[in-house]
Amino acid sequence: MTRRWRFVPLALLVAFVGFVAWRLANPADTVIRSQLEGRPVPAFALPPALPGRAGLSSSDLATGKPRLVNIFASWCVPCIAEAPVLGGLKDRGVAIDGIAIRDRREDVAAFLARNGDPYDRIGSDMQSSVQMALGSSGVPESFVVDGRGIIRYQHVGPIMPEDAPTIIAELEKAR
Amino acid sequence: MRAFIASVLLLLAVPALADSDLPPAYWSDRQLPDPKQEAQAKALMEQLRCLVCQGQSIADSDAELAGDMRHMVRSRIAAGERPAAVRRWLVERYGNWVSYDPPLEPATWPLWLAPLALLGLGAWLARGRLRRRSA
Repeated sequence: MTRRWRFVPLALLVAFVGFVAWRLANPADTVIRSQLEGRPVPAFALPPALPGRAGLSSSDLATGKPRLVNIFASWCVPCIAEAPVLGGLKDRGVAIDGIAIRDRREDVAAFLARNGDPYDRIGSDMQSSVQMALGSSGVPESFVVDGRGIIRYQHVGPIMPEDAPTIIAELEKAR
Repeated sequence: MRAFIASVLLLLAVPALADSDLPPAYWSDRQLPDPKQEAQAKALMEQLRCLVCQGQSIADSDAELAGDMRHMVRSRIAAGERPAAVRRWLVERYGNWVSYDPPLEPATWPLWLAPLALLGLGAWLARGRLRRRSA
């Protein structure tokens, strides 16, 4: 092997270690986004999460006006942080429907009594089946659905106060 | 001493639950009665990525969503659906990322071609070595 080539393996090793170190310092984005943006809400029908309240089905989402579908759970801690923001959105006239993941009636009732209830309808998804159908991978997540029942925007994670303008803008766009 | 008490208290602390404590879905930890279908479901579940603990398959993961995904896979296969159709249904929603069997497409060409390229490089290096030795 000539002198010139002698250090190639070492250079390769340094480059590799450098890449690994860089990736450790800047982890790749692990958010899994739904592929359904721009496509219709898959057909589903969920029973009510609370007695005396309306359940949620896909036909309830094509009402001519944009709606926000919020996937939440009483056992989900970030959902508590999100609750006041949802309340604020409701006060500004946003129509919000909820999907409670793997939740008991009494737990949902207690959660809403404590954190506010911004929902028009709340479906109960006991086996995460509608969550999977929507391409959602956790709680909380929210979808902006337009008046024709087309998913226009997905928000992954809690909607924090700084996210509210984006949500409002997406709802306006979906009008 | 305060540090000691604090660490003892930390040991006793209950971790914040990121899961509901509801029982798992029916088919999440139960084998299908038909061994052929169970084998199909098992093979598929080992190739589907858990969305919560990314890096495990849903067959390996204890996450609740993984349990619900196993329930979904087994229910669909028990209903006669082909494993490929179940995989397609998930890929439609979560992208190719959810499957451990990436298709050959421009973004994944390096993945498929790198082993061939490395093998070629190895052969080329070995050839140089062998030729020199025999000379």
